Amino acid sequence: MAVLACHSVDLEIATKQVVSNLDLSFEPGQFWGLMGANGIGKTTLMKCLAGLISPDQGRVSLDGQAILEIKRKQVARQVGMMQQHTVYVFDASVLQTALTGRHPHLGNWQRESAEDIKKAQTAIDQLALDGLEDRSVTSLSGGEARRLAFATLLVQEPNIMLLDEPSNHLDLKHQVSIMSRIGNEVYSGNKLAIAAMHDINLAACYCSHVLMLFGDGQWSAGPAVEMFTRTKLERLYQCPVQMVDTPDGKRFHPSFVESSN
Amino acid sequence: MNFSAWWAALFDPRSLDGEMLWRLRLPRAFAAWTVGAMLAMSGCLMQVLLRNPLADPYILGVSGGAAFAALAGMTLGVAANFIPLLALGGAFVSILIVFSLARSSGPWSGTRLLLTGVVTAAGWASLISLLLVTGSDGSLRGMLFWLMGDFSYASLPGWAVIVLVLGVLLTMGLARSLNVLSMGETTAKLLGESTQHLMWLVYALASLLTAAAVSIAGSIGFVGLIVPHLMRLLVGSDHRLLIPAATLFGGTFLVLSDTLARTVVAPRQLPVGVITAMLGVPLFLVLLNRTRLKGQD
Repeated sequence: MAVLACHSVDLEIATKQVVSNLDLSFEPGQFWGLMGANGIGKTTLMKCLAGLISPDQGRVSLDGQAILEIKRKQVARQVGMMQQHTVYVFDASVLQTALTGRHPHLGNWQRESAEDIKKAQTAIDQLALDGLEDRSVTSLSGGEARRLAFATLLVQEPNIMLLDEPSNHLDLKHQVSIMSRIGNEVYSGNKLAIAAMHDINLAACYCSHVLMLFGDGQWSAGPAVEMFTRTKLERLYQCPVQMVDTPDGKRFHPSFVESSN
Repeated sequence: MNFSAWWAALFDPRSLDGEMLWRLRLPRAFAAWTVGAMLAMSGCLMQVLLRNPLADPYILGVSGGAAFAALAGMTLGVAANFIPLLALGGAFVSILIVFSLARSSGPWSGTRLLLTGVVTAAGWASLISLLLVTGSDGSLRGMLFWLMGDFSYASLPGWAVIVLVLGVLLTMGLARSLNVLSMGETTAKLLGESTQHLMWLVYALASLLTAAAVSIAGSIGFVGLIVPHLMRLLVGSDHRLLIPAATLFGGTFLVLSDTLARTVVAPRQLPVGVITAMLGVPLFLVLLNRTRLKGQD
């Protein structure tokens, strides 16, 4: 099982510090929520974790080996990432797109086997995209495109899933369904997921750990129960937060009274 | 000439008809087929590389460099036999210029490549206009024919066939990678492609195919733009099907166009580029319209 780790990572976009001296190990069976205000650098950090960009200092390692030194194909068999946006230019079908998840597992001249097609079909069914197999990806709605991106990730079968705002564009039912799918992969399949999220309550329901980015390179990480406190959330979003105890656990919402004052 | 006479000529190369068939018609048809196949393939590759359905083999200035060199040769009175060689040289110069400029600062990106190529192509276009304006009246006709594409003096060099065969084999090996690359560079990288290498290879391959095609018969338009799209509408966007389909259809389409160019106003000949446009444009519009209607059902 694969471990992703940051060793003294400094990362900046333009002149803005995303994290400084990030030392953290992400392990199988953990579901990390990556939280922070808009534009704080969550996506940039995700890309760094996926080995798409190099940190300014320090290194990211996959099972102890620097991720930038591993062949992309090897990385893609272990690490998959669902991006925040997927823009399709050419008309590929939904099934064909889901099948691209098998790409890192196949050789140059190799075709997808019947088993590969079955995997793609299963993922499509699980995300309630069945019936759309032959539709062109350019004609999908925002939510359908999101679910297809996640289906493709499932078909890729990575041990480490990086998800950039997975519940974006999804209705309530599909938000819950995609989060429990990820939770299921992590907790039953002993995989690792790191998801950038804005929905505190969804994160509180599903995440085992949280990494918060406060800006200026400051960060804080730990088990979710320790991280979801009023103080931390108010610092995170610069906005007063109310905490409610429900039978399902603690829930949070912005304090409308205080913020209107 | 009816079918039986044609058949007889095929097996009797020494007869008058046979001479004509073996020495003129067949070489010309083979040249047209090869050029059409190369242009169609190159169009497919460029569209993926630039992730732009409007890209064609000439968009990055390969044909511009070739045309400038060929036309300069004609202005200077270089023998017709050497024009293809000059065109090939010009194409390579242009490929190298675009390649080194696009790479000079930082990694490859489709946008930078597109801009560098389009601007280089514009530069060549202005130089070509200069040659056309200053050229003698006698050479002008030849120049215009070259610019629109013409098989009258074309012959098929052996190396072009090798380029085409190698191109098909390589591209087929890359076909699934092309599918992934068409979803964007980041997506391709996340799915295990080392995109810098892949894009470099696709650029080199597309440029080489274009350079070969252009050096044989001038810059024939529309084939490289329209054939990939027609085939996408017919067989879909999986490159494992698209590449062979475009190659076969591109060749056939150009042979048909050239036959028309040769016969429509016989004994005079038209530049084949005029015919490819006149056939290609309505054909494309009709097919596009049809699929849109089907999509709405």
